[in-house]
Amino acid sequence: MTLPRTPSQTVGPYYEIGLCRRSEKELVPPGAPGAVRLNGQLLDGEDAPVSDGVIEIWDAENRRWGRCGTDGDGRFSFVVGRVPHLEVYVFARGLLKHQLTRIYFPDAANGAPPTLVAEQEEGGLRFDIRLQGERQTVFFAV
Amino acid sequence: MAVTDEQTPIVLPDDPSFGPEVQLDYPGYRSTRLRAPNRPLVSLPEKLHDLEGPVFGNDALDELDNDLTRQHGGDPLGERIIVTGRVCDENGHAIRGALVEVWQANAAGRYHHDVDRHPAPLDPNFSGAGRCLTDDDARYRFVTVRPGAYPWGNHENAWRPAHIHFSIFGRLFTQRLVTQMYFPGDPLFAYDPIFNAVRDPKARGLLVARFDLDTTTPEWALGFQWDIVLGATPVET
Repeated sequence: MTLPRTPSQTVGPYYEIGLCRRSEKELVPPGAPGAVRLNGQLLDGEDAPVSDGVIEIWDAENRRWGRCGTDGDGRFSFVVGRVPHLEVYVFARGLLKHQLTRIYFPDAANGAPPTLVAEQEEGGLRFDIRLQGERQTVFFAV
Repeated sequence: MAVTDEQTPIVLPDDPSFGPEVQLDYPGYRSTRLRAPNRPLVSLPEKLHDLEGPVFGNDALDELDNDLTRQHGGDPLGERIIVTGRVCDENGHAIRGALVEVWQANAAGRYHHDVDRHPAPLDPNFSGAGRCLTDDDARYRFVTVRPGAYPWGNHENAWRPAHIHFSIFGRLFTQRLVTQMYFPGDPLFAYDPIFNAVRDPKARGLLVARFDLDTTTPEWALGFQWDIVLGATPVET
């Protein structure tokens, strides 16, 4: 038996009401051994910040999950544990279906597409997500 | 008949070849223009197909999270409704304990959100957010009020059909879904580019709840049934 799948629709501009009632940005406590600050920016096809997006990350190895809405500058921020990679879903107004990508830690990047490798920056790691264009982040077919 | 705004058709004709997939670069929905990815997708990394996703327990819920009409001091205005359905995968396997999150406008078509400037009244007794876990029969159930339609500025005289936003976590990481549930017979369907970005009319129909007299509670609330089907769970070997 195969049932038809329910289609996707955009998360829209008001997702905060339903999805961001709790702070879920810390997969590990900020002071924990190995805790890393992960900052990033969600950008559109003209490199303008996307201020109404949601980023979800999943540390499958340690079963730790987090979610962060982007701010007025399209920025998001998490505290994560040190792992080889994190799975990432991206949602936004104007994005009719969420996109799947992956963040590789710089020391575990062996051969990963450059857009998926986080960069070292002062105080932690940086990972920007570009929805469109020549420098678009690699997204996976689900 | 395509409804048009200058040169951009707001609604394109049906195209069943899309199946359950939404058209990411649907031209009538203007915000897709700079946000729809336009590079080819890359095949899924090995092991992601059967990777388990996050599991949420009762600690993810607050009391009354599944009753949006009782989260404040008084009753919200509007038509009280019950929205319920089952969550399963494409093979019909029930997904129990799935976290279902909802958010919606109030009965006047206004969201409890700073960005919403629609000059319709806020309701002090309605925040419009709910959560629940599917039960042993894989069923979710919310009590709420029927949301109003609202204008959204995408094109001349643009109004969203009444809808409730849904977010669902399946058992597997790849069974994640965020979508919108609509109400049967809405006259705005023909003019809404977000709804019509699902080009296959059969797939689009799956976004529309069904009025159900058995779910309707006498002297209390109308009932709607809406089942949710997530992607397949690979056969365990």
